[in-house]
Amino acid sequence: MADILVYALHDDEGNFNKNSLGAISEAAKLASETGGAASAVVVGDVSDDAAAALGKYGATKVYRAKACPEGLAQPIVDVMAKVITDNGIGYALFGGGLLGFEIGAGLTARLGAGVTMEVTAVKAADGKLVAERPVLQDSAIVDVGYVSEPGIIIGRLNAFDVAESGAGTAEVEDVEVELSEWSTKATMVTRGEARGEDVNIEDADILVGGGRGLGEKDNFKLAEDLAGSLGGAVAATRAVVDAGWYPYSTQIGQTGKTVAPKLYLAVGISGAIQHKVGMQSSENILAINKDQNAPIFEFCDLGVVGDLHKIMPKLTEAIKAKKGG
Amino acid sequence: MKICCLVKEVPDAAVQKRLDPATKRLDRSGEKTLNQFDTHGIEAAMQIREGGAVEVDEIVAVTMGPDSAQRALHKAVALGADRSVHLSDDALAGSDVCATGYALAKVLESESPDLVLLGQQSDDGECYTIGAVVADHLKMPSLTQVIEMDVAGEKLRCERQAEYGYDTVEIQLPAVISVGDAINEPRYPSLKAIMGAKKKPLDSKATGDVGIEADKVGEAGSQTQVLAINPPPEKQAGEVFEDEDTNETVEKIVAWLDERKLI
Repeated sequence: MADILVYALHDDEGNFNKNSLGAISEAAKLASETGGAASAVVVGDVSDDAAAALGKYGATKVYRAKACPEGLAQPIVDVMAKVITDNGIGYALFGGGLLGFEIGAGLTARLGAGVTMEVTAVKAADGKLVAERPVLQDSAIVDVGYVSEPGIIIGRLNAFDVAESGAGTAEVEDVEVELSEWSTKATMVTRGEARGEDVNIEDADILVGGGRGLGEKDNFKLAEDLAGSLGGAVAATRAVVDAGWYPYSTQIGQTGKTVAPKLYLAVGISGAIQHKVGMQSSENILAINKDQNAPIFEFCDLGVVGDLHKIMPKLTEAIKAKKGG
Repeated sequence: MKICCLVKEVPDAAVQKRLDPATKRLDRSGEKTLNQFDTHGIEAAMQIREGGAVEVDEIVAVTMGPDSAQRALHKAVALGADRSVHLSDDALAGSDVCATGYALAKVLESESPDLVLLGQQSDDGECYTIGAVVADHLKMPSLTQVIEMDVAGEKLRCERQAEYGYDTVEIQLPAVISVGDAINEPRYPSLKAIMGAKKKPLDSKATGDVGIEADKVGEAGSQTQVLAINPPPEKQAGEVFEDEDTNETVEKIVAWLDERKLI
């Protein structure tokens, strides 16, 4: 039997995160296979109805810590450690994303628990859970088992699909948790600030994604011209967004958006896991990069090893000519 | 202020990495180097020192690993650390994240730092988690993937990207901060610094020296176990070619796009 606890992250408007809902769905499936139960933790200002509605995804119970702030990991570690210990829960499951990594790591230390991260699938066997984790740039997948309970499982972004399998309404139990002294030493000043213009890249059929290989901010013009010739939009990697080259709303990957266009044309993008998880479902992936060892060449459909500064302007012209002709 | 920078020795990026089928551990033989992500942590420490807002008394590079890991420490010192600490003990081999975080926390505890800095991830393990594990053991506040950090008195003001955009967080010292690679451009060490690195103090410590309980580390202390190593699902490999004649390359790309009705 495996009772599984999931952390359900929500934004300031009270909307639950898609990856959290996926984790609840997955937990419900695994719990039913092992004869256990799936429950969720929510913190902060979550209404009775909103908490109970997590039952739709298969949570039978929702633990709510109203006094605990949302958005920083350590207070949530306090809450989840208490819920796990008080209720003898066997596993904590996270749906990917920054906070899940931090909370899972904190629980590892607090509970002396084993942890597996970047998990893409979970199996139930003999009442226990086994996590599948790709390693070495996804060149191998290891099955990780837990020597003791509780065990911590941190999913990769989009690893778990959202499924409405539950009866509908979860029982809501308020929990009082005394926060650790060190958990109160970080305070949120502003949360979820968007920077730069708001661009919709999720609906584009064709995306040109630009990375550090573009060299400098001004070279995004090359990506814009190419996208323009194809009738597509421009997206970016986290590295260039953090560097201030392109707006946050165009960021794809672990902390950004997830896209699946008909064509993803990656220029100067190495294809690190954090980016890959946000675009690997694209129908066609074309990559231009000067480093032949870049991981993107392992999962693209067509790859060109070469200087994007030479190739892109000519490609833009050729596409324009083709369209005009 | 005393800053400890956690660093790690990782296989060189050019080395083909593999899992050892017998031990089911990462085969860490071959050419090694300092984890590139950790150089951003050292650079962040140097910028705090040079920024002048606080007096930095000491920057100490700390690592755990076999004898060869000393080279990573030499590199960290060449980049600006004043001295280094090397936790090395056969008992540590095979430690998982839980055990490694505990061991690193114990060695850090013996240094009593005001600030612990590390890179957001290691090049090999891709774990992203060690900072938060260490922080909980040390009972310090922590934040990961920080891309901007200002020190003001006893506080840090940090920025990072989280699920819904940029968060700004204020943190009281002492604290553990893992930095994203966008936080700075690490400097190149000077030839003089490289030559002088081996002369800077390097303390070697065994588990007993820092109060590590033997049953909490190594394979015996690990709570996870690799049960099997499997190949990834088959994916039809794409065609990759080198751009020799750009006109031809462009023709090829256009034909490929046209075939898929993308133009």
